[in-house]
Amino acid sequence: MDRLPDRVLMKGNEAIAEAAIRAGCRHYFGYPITPQTEIAHYMAKRMKSVGGVFLQAESEVAAINMVYGAAGAGARVMTTSSSPGISLKQEGFSYIAGAELPCVVVNVARCGPGLGGILPAQGDYFQATKGGGHGDYRNAVLAPASVQELYQLTVEAFDLADRYRVLVLILADGTLGQMMEPVSHLEPKDATAAGKPWATVGTGGKRFHNTITSIYIDPERLEAHNLHLQAKYAKIARNEVRCESVGVEGAEVVVTAFGTTARIVRNVIRQAAEEGIKVGLIRPITLWPFPSEAVAAAAAHPSVKALLSVELNAGQMVEDVRLAVNGAKPVQFHGRMGGMLPTQREILERIRAIARPEGGT
Amino acid sequence: MALVYQRTCGLLDVPFHYCPGCTHGIVHKLVAEVLCELGLLDGAIGVSSVGCTYNNYEYFACDMQQAAHGRAPAVATGIKRVLPDATVFTYQGDGDLAAIGTAEIVHAAARGERITTVFVNNAIYGMTSGQMAPTTLVGQVTTTSPYGRDAATQGFPINVSEMLATLRGAVYVERVSVTSVKGIRAAKKAIRKAFLVQRKGLGFSFVEVLSTCPTNWGLSPVESLKWVDTAMQEQYPLGVFKGADLEVEP
Ligand SMILES: Cc1ncc(C[n+]2csc(CCOP(=O)(O)OP(=O)(O)O)c2C)c(N)n1
Ligand code: SF4
Ligand SMILES: [Mg+2]
Repeated sequence: MDRLPDRVLMKGNEAIAEAAIRAGCRHYFGYPITPQTEIAHYMAKRMKSVGGVFLQAESEVAAINMVYGAAGAGARVMTTSSSPGISLKQEGFSYIAGAELPCVVVNVARCGPGLGGILPAQGDYFQATKGGGHGDYRNAVLAPASVQELYQLTVEAFDLADRYRVLVLILADGTLGQMMEPVSHLEPKDATAAGKPWATVGTGGKRFHNTITSIYIDPERLEAHNLHLQAKYAKIARNEVRCESVGVEGAEVVVTAFGTTARIVRNVIRQAAEEGIKVGLIRPITLWPFPSEAVAAAAAHPSVKALLSVELNAGQMVEDVRLAVNGAKPVQFHGRMGGMLPTQREILERIRAIARPEGGT
Repeated sequence: MALVYQRTCGLLDVPFHYCPGCTHGIVHKLVAEVLCELGLLDGAIGVSSVGCTYNNYEYFACDMQQAAHGRAPAVATGIKRVLPDATVFTYQGDGDLAAIGTAEIVHAAARGERITTVFVNNAIYGMTSGQMAPTTLVGQVTTTSPYGRDAATQGFPINVSEMLATLRGAVYVERVSVTSVKGIRAAKKAIRKAFLVQRKGLGFSFVEVLSTCPTNWGLSPVESLKWVDTAMQEQYPLGVFKGADLEVEP
């Protein structure tokens, strides 16, 4: 494969596409929707030069089912979309979970509900982390906060998907998708159907037939299948939690925020420090599994007066923060919706109100 | 003693679960026989759909995937794009293919996917106990058209083969029935041709098989065969709608 320079300036959406190719993804199925269509544009061009397949599907429903078929045939495969399209894919998510097919899906999220708007939002947190499709299943959910991380997590998503035979969802947003930042390239990984003895690639007359299915009419078998899935999810929860924790020790306020919002919060932390208020940040990188232990540990610090979850929604991740804190400290929420971003000032005011409830210093 | 008949290598030694007089089993056998006779079984991947045949992945001896309701052509597309040399087929009922899965079948055909679809039309939703299907005849009584399908409020049957034949990507489209020995022979020939069209990489191939559902039609097996030959064939004439002159025999 051609080598890109060690460090290049890339748009978030392009970084996702290039990372997938570098990770050995040679099959991409998608349907156009703003603000992620550049991924499809990039793939349409690039797949040809690497001998891969780009296919514009007739709908997101079709695209995710093409992913099902391709993943079942042992390929590294990806589809990308934005919120309304991700809703349509939920059917496929559930079947993919049931059939244990590894694949990567990116949601460059926009605001809802309905067609909503095309500006960035985090209103899909519940859908991403709590299901969306039917049945007891989990997707691993990654939340990058920079173009470099978009790139890196996309590459790692394919490994994670293969390791556990799960769907890995990358939850980004339009800001990250459109942002230009430098990216250092990782070496391409080797990825073939080898190591996927369960894949349906034809028996070759050498083995009993492989079947890929999510249906188990017999309740005992279905319960056993569900227990197997839950054991796998428990293993992911044990091994794959990731978060960035900054300045939590000695902090008066700990802010929880992911993705784009965490970038804004980082600036606020600096401003607060100038006022003598020490603010910590916990930025979940895996939204599922959620970094509950890190959040609980932060809440346990005697210096921490309260936690503040800042999100681009009406209060979604804050529920997981509250579960983790489990009443040890107050948990507050600040959110904006509709594509509006919280200003540094409004976040700072919430922090001041916690740290200096009487006003003044 | 000479062996004159044996189970086809394309089917596993598992009993079918279909009702007495149901012709799904015959269609399975034909597909399996063709795959074996053409030497395609070891490189074949089939896609089961949602309907009475939801678990026929347990019957076919080749690798199989089970797809969500209506999505088999999209799943097959994914498989074929990964394994262009494989022989990929879907096996779908009329509810699956002509209602919830209309978009998927039309676009797989329009793209000229090198896959083969075996479409089993029994003019009813068999598995869910006999509701009206898009293919239900006008006047036909089903559990959701208890007074007979009323065209004014429930519309008209869809002739899928005729519709798909209008698409350039669909290169071979034929409708057959399996109500007689002669019909079964013709059906097998059509299925064989459909797979050969795929092997030659000519485009999308499609065989619609008129099939019985005695259980939900409320007819005996023999009456059911007659009903296919009369009422159903009136709405769904047998014949080749596309690709009659394709020469594909090796
Ligand atoms: C999304 C979804 N909707 C509805 C169903 C219920 N369902 C199962 S089979 C079926 C109809 C199948 O009819 P057909 O395709 O004609 O197959 P047949 O049983 O007649 O062979 C329906 C509606 C389902 N399984 N999934
Ligand atoms: S319900 Fe109808 S289609 Fe289903 S197995 Fe019985 S006869 Fe066949
Ligand atoms: Mg039917």
